[in-house]
Amino acid sequence: MLTVQLVQEWMKKTNERMQENKAYLTELDQAIGDSDHGINMSRGFREVVNKLEQSAYDDVSTVLKDVAMTLMSKVGGASGPLYGTAFLKLSTALKGKDIVNKEDLAAGLEAAANGIQHRGKSTTGEKTMVDVWVPVVLWWKGQDEINAEGLEKVAKEAMESTKSMEATKGRASYLQAKSVGHIDPGSTSSYYIFKSLAEVLV
Amino acid sequence: MKKIINNPSNVMEDMVKGMTLANEEQWIQVEGTNVICRKELSANKVGLVSGGGSGHEPAHAGYVGKGMLDAAVVGEVFTSPTPDQILEAIKSVDQGNGVLLIVKNYTGDVLNFEMAGELAESEGIRVEQVIVNDDIAVKDSDFTIGRRGIAGTVFVHKIAGAKAEQGASLEEVKAAAEKAIEQVRSMGMALTPCTVPDAGKPSFHLAEDEMEIGIGIHGEVGTERKKITSAKDIAVELTNNILEDLSLSAGDEVAVMVNGMGATPEMELYIVNGHVNELLKEKQIDIHQTYVGEFMTSLEMAGFSITLLKVDAELKQLLAYPSEAIAFRA
Repeated sequence: MLTVQLVQEWMKKTNERMQENKAYLTELDQAIGDSDHGINMSRGFREVVNKLEQSAYDDVSTVLKDVAMTLMSKVGGASGPLYGTAFLKLSTALKGKDIVNKEDLAAGLEAAANGIQHRGKSTTGEKTMVDVWVPVVLWWKGQDEINAEGLEKVAKEAMESTKSMEATKGRASYLQAKSVGHIDPGSTSSYYIFKSLAEVLV
Repeated sequence: MKKIINNPSNVMEDMVKGMTLANEEQWIQVEGTNVICRKELSANKVGLVSGGGSGHEPAHAGYVGKGMLDAAVVGEVFTSPTPDQILEAIKSVDQGNGVLLIVKNYTGDVLNFEMAGELAESEGIRVEQVIVNDDIAVKDSDFTIGRRGIAGTVFVHKIAGAKAEQGASLEEVKAAAEKAIEQVRSMGMALTPCTVPDAGKPSFHLAEDEMEIGIGIHGEVGTERKKITSAKDIAVELTNNILEDLSLSAGDEVAVMVNGMGATPEMELYIVNGHVNELLKEKQIDIHQTYVGEFMTSLEMAGFSITLLKVDAELKQLLAYPSEAIAFRA
């Protein structure tokens, strides 16, 4: 189940992870990208938490919309539009839901994953955040009940699977075979989002 | 890290403020944004907006002025600006004739400008977008996102800017920009990496006797690392690669840009230009005009890029058309 309060908690935890791992994300990005992922994600989620603290919310969809708009306007780079789109789709899918259950969340996360793929014109196996979102959604849909521990594990394995992939999207694509052996930074920040979600789900 | 800054997280805002103050006669900073806009727009023309991450100064704000861009959107260091900021720039320059966005080919820039374009269109503004991809160091194939946009973007600003200033329609300005994109190629090299202020350490490491060929403008590693050779050898290698990619042959005419990456003495840029010039003459390629200086930098990186724009009568006329932009007078 997800409530307004749990979404706020989810964002707080995500923000803590982005702050703690700012240097690590940037290091991952230095290896195969343009060195700004940790900086952008830490700035974006700090702003998300600030925004949520300043406002009062009646439903989950509205909180998630503010998350989306803040990420879109504060993150920059490719991640801003991609995460912004993801949370906007999630927000839209949960519109009008007072209580968000496992099925609602499955539909919402699927809409989010589709949104990322559409915006980034990418699919699985291209060494991007899609390689975390898609397997997580597929796994989630196959579960009978909310399984927080499993969610964290699936997201982590998905993130680690990007290490052996060769990038064909994003800036890492220029490195071709040289991109193999590095975990994708976007898949890592996506893992942090799911790990934090797993911690708040009841 | 040794830099003349205050808080590393605020370098962009601090710079935009100082930059606008230095050019108060020509520019305004659109309130509440990091958009630098011409104070007085030429009446009734197509609007031209570009932008991207900061750290490439004078790009892109230095090209805001009569005869070039109408507005530049400044992002965080090496990070694309966000759709809300780009939308403000579009709204500030639209006079009902539509707006052309000139975007360098990076996933972040393309996504953010695309979203801003969609937002502007939903507000009834006609928007077109061109994507500059002049960097031949990286492969243009189905397995990459295509070539990057680097210093050649400045020529695209100039060509599109002149065309718009002459009163052309949105379609005509876009066609001129696309023609320039089709005919411009660049390639760069570096002697040292650069440090993003908020990252605090250099993006790669080069030994005292090494250089990196085929670098981008964001501290990305290049496509080849080797022992440093003479200015002549490096200039010849880069120029030959460009000549081959552009399929230039005897009798063709080009504009040449030798661009410093941020920490290269002008002396070295001129040495390079001497060799570029010599090689082009040897190949019987006519040099229409030469530009040497800093046009598209990468913070404090030492190195340079070479850009060749194949010109015809139309492009020559547009290159020569007056520009009041502080970083590109014509």
